[in-house]
Amino acid sequence: MEFLSSIINGLSLGAMYAMIALGYTMVYGIAKMLNFAHGDVITLGAYTVVIVSSTVLVPAINLPVWAGFIAAVLVCAAVGVLVEFVAYKPLRRASSLAVLITAIGVSYFLQNFFQIVFGTSTKNFPRVPLFNETWMIGSLPLNSGSFFTLIFSVLIMIALTFFVKKTQTGRAMLAVSEDRSAAQLMGVNVNRTISVTFAIGSALAAVAGFCYGYTYTGIVPTTGAMPGIKAFVAAVLGGIGSIPGAFVGGLALGIVEYLSQIYISTQWSNVIVFGILIVVLLVKPTGLLGKKRSEKV
Amino acid sequence: MAFISSVKRTLKKVKWKRYTSYIVVGAWFAVLLLLDLFGGLNDTGSRLMMLAAVYAVLAVSLNLVVGVLGELSLGHAGFMAAGGYIGAIVSKALAPSLPVAAYFPVSMIAGGLAAAAFGILIGVPVLRLKGDYIAIVTLAFSMIVFTVAQNLDFTGGASGLKEIPAETNYINAFVVLIIVLVVIQNFTRSKHGRAIMSIRDNEIAARACGVNITYYKLFAFTLAAFLAGVGGCLYAHTATVLRPESVDYNTSIELLVMVVLGGMGSMTGSVIAAAVLTLLPEYLRFLQDYRMIIYAVVLILIMVINNNETLRRYKDRFFAWCKRALAAAWAKCKTALKGKKKAPAPAAETRETLQAPAEFTEVDETALDERERKGEK
Repeated sequence: MEFLSSIINGLSLGAMYAMIALGYTMVYGIAKMLNFAHGDVITLGAYTVVIVSSTVLVPAINLPVWAGFIAAVLVCAAVGVLVEFVAYKPLRRASSLAVLITAIGVSYFLQNFFQIVFGTSTKNFPRVPLFNETWMIGSLPLNSGSFFTLIFSVLIMIALTFFVKKTQTGRAMLAVSEDRSAAQLMGVNVNRTISVTFAIGSALAAVAGFCYGYTYTGIVPTTGAMPGIKAFVAAVLGGIGSIPGAFVGGLALGIVEYLSQIYISTQWSNVIVFGILIVVLLVKPTGLLGKKRSEKV
Repeated sequence: MAFISSVKRTLKKVKWKRYTSYIVVGAWFAVLLLLDLFGGLNDTGSRLMMLAAVYAVLAVSLNLVVGVLGELSLGHAGFMAAGGYIGAIVSKALAPSLPVAAYFPVSMIAGGLAAAAFGILIGVPVLRLKGDYIAIVTLAFSMIVFTVAQNLDFTGGASGLKEIPAETNYINAFVVLIIVLVVIQNFTRSKHGRAIMSIRDNEIAARACGVNITYYKLFAFTLAAFLAGVGGCLYAHTATVLRPESVDYNTSIELLVMVVLGGMGSMTGSVIAAAVLTLLPEYLRFLQDYRMIIYAVVLILIMVINNNETLRRYKDRFFAWCKRALAAAWAKCKTALKGKKKAPAPAAETRETLQAPAEFTEVDETALDERERKGEK
């Protein structure tokens, strides 16, 4: 019984990683860049909910939590597109290392911006009704928050798969990730597609920030950094650039991390998580579901 | 006179570009020594200079991987941590029985060897991977080292390794920096260095020419790890406590930023960038909370301006304009000086005749510049 409930908790942690990893993997697949600032978008999402739905930061605005959730998604999507326009778009043809360093600069900028605007002290996430209960299924205690995180991620995954496969924009994304210049020749608006990708990825990060908020309650300027790195690992584990890979990698990472925290040691769980990443990459260098690309001379 | 002119001739033959890094570091060191001699260097100043030199060692060693080998490493702080902890433990053991000059080099070499061992351990599997994956695995490696350092007893756990003899000062830091520079510069300019650069430029072509890819990749990676270990050992001895937080992921990123800002592959650039990035936040202290945000904005701006084609053209044009303005000013100064020297009893006529050709040369120079630029296009 205890094992089953840890599996569920691990799955919910993994679902959170999966949502963030989807953003990483989509941006990598389409813009061929590692967006290191993605973790800080999670923080932005969480802070937006705190601003809109509680009196902690801005006492004048105190709307219900769902309004905060929608605001977070919109704000993050807008900021994602803005960051792409200001910092990454001028570097379309630059080396990947230059883009990576710029992304690190953006990440520094966002973290310090949060520090100046919101302060370094911990801000409490508003209580979400229905999300902080313990349900009993038979004799199995189930945290309602974990359940909702899982539901969110599954819904997002279904919606995203549908979007990519069935809509025109989604297929444009697939085309751009396959071959950017060929897609452009076929009449795909590459810049718009990349912007849409950033908007979707950042919106998913906002959802993850919301889930992080009601699960862990305390928000600080560096909240998103560690989940960001873990989700990045999850994306690589599943095969970076692959959407189902990010989902599978996220869930796997979450379960491994939670189980090793429970059964081995809290401190050493990071070693196990990163160790598994190294081992998987050595056995299967493209990740669990990644495609192998042949080398051109 | 004959002696002076022969010296001048030999000096002209020296390829100064090869020695820029030594000249920069040597001049900087000499200025510091002079300042110290006349009491112009306070404690904060010498501490900052020491840190700048230590970061320069680390940045130069990372540049060997990123700039010369062309592989992105996000885990350089992991090697730094290995060298720092092992070195500090060795000097703690040796400090009671030996003088500083004897045990400090020993612990530095021990730290370097420990880091090099990690370099081989992680390099053998990692270097089979490609591009971004190497970055991720090195990142994972440094995370593992960080967590291990935080949780083992002999590394002092999360509160850090204590009672380290704080023996690093700016003098030995600079000596190590110069030695490291000599090693790296000579290595990259040797046959082995050229083999490594050929791997960076085109791996398939290098393989076709018979370069042993795995061997050279591992060689460069391990050498960089060794030097990072030495740098880490220096870093560990800058204070009496070594905390795991000071060798975490953010340190790797800071080092990478130094390398990229200084110019990949340029050791002088790494040294200067390390100095600027260590000193800048300190001198921006009056900006208080805003300094880190300004740092971030400057970083983004530099990256965008240097890597966007349109903006770079504007930048180049601006620098060319500056260069021409400077050259013109220099020419004017020269003629003014010469005019004074050569005309002790100035008559209005001679002055005019002296100035006229100078003006011509000035015009000629700009015209040449113009032609050169047009030729380039």
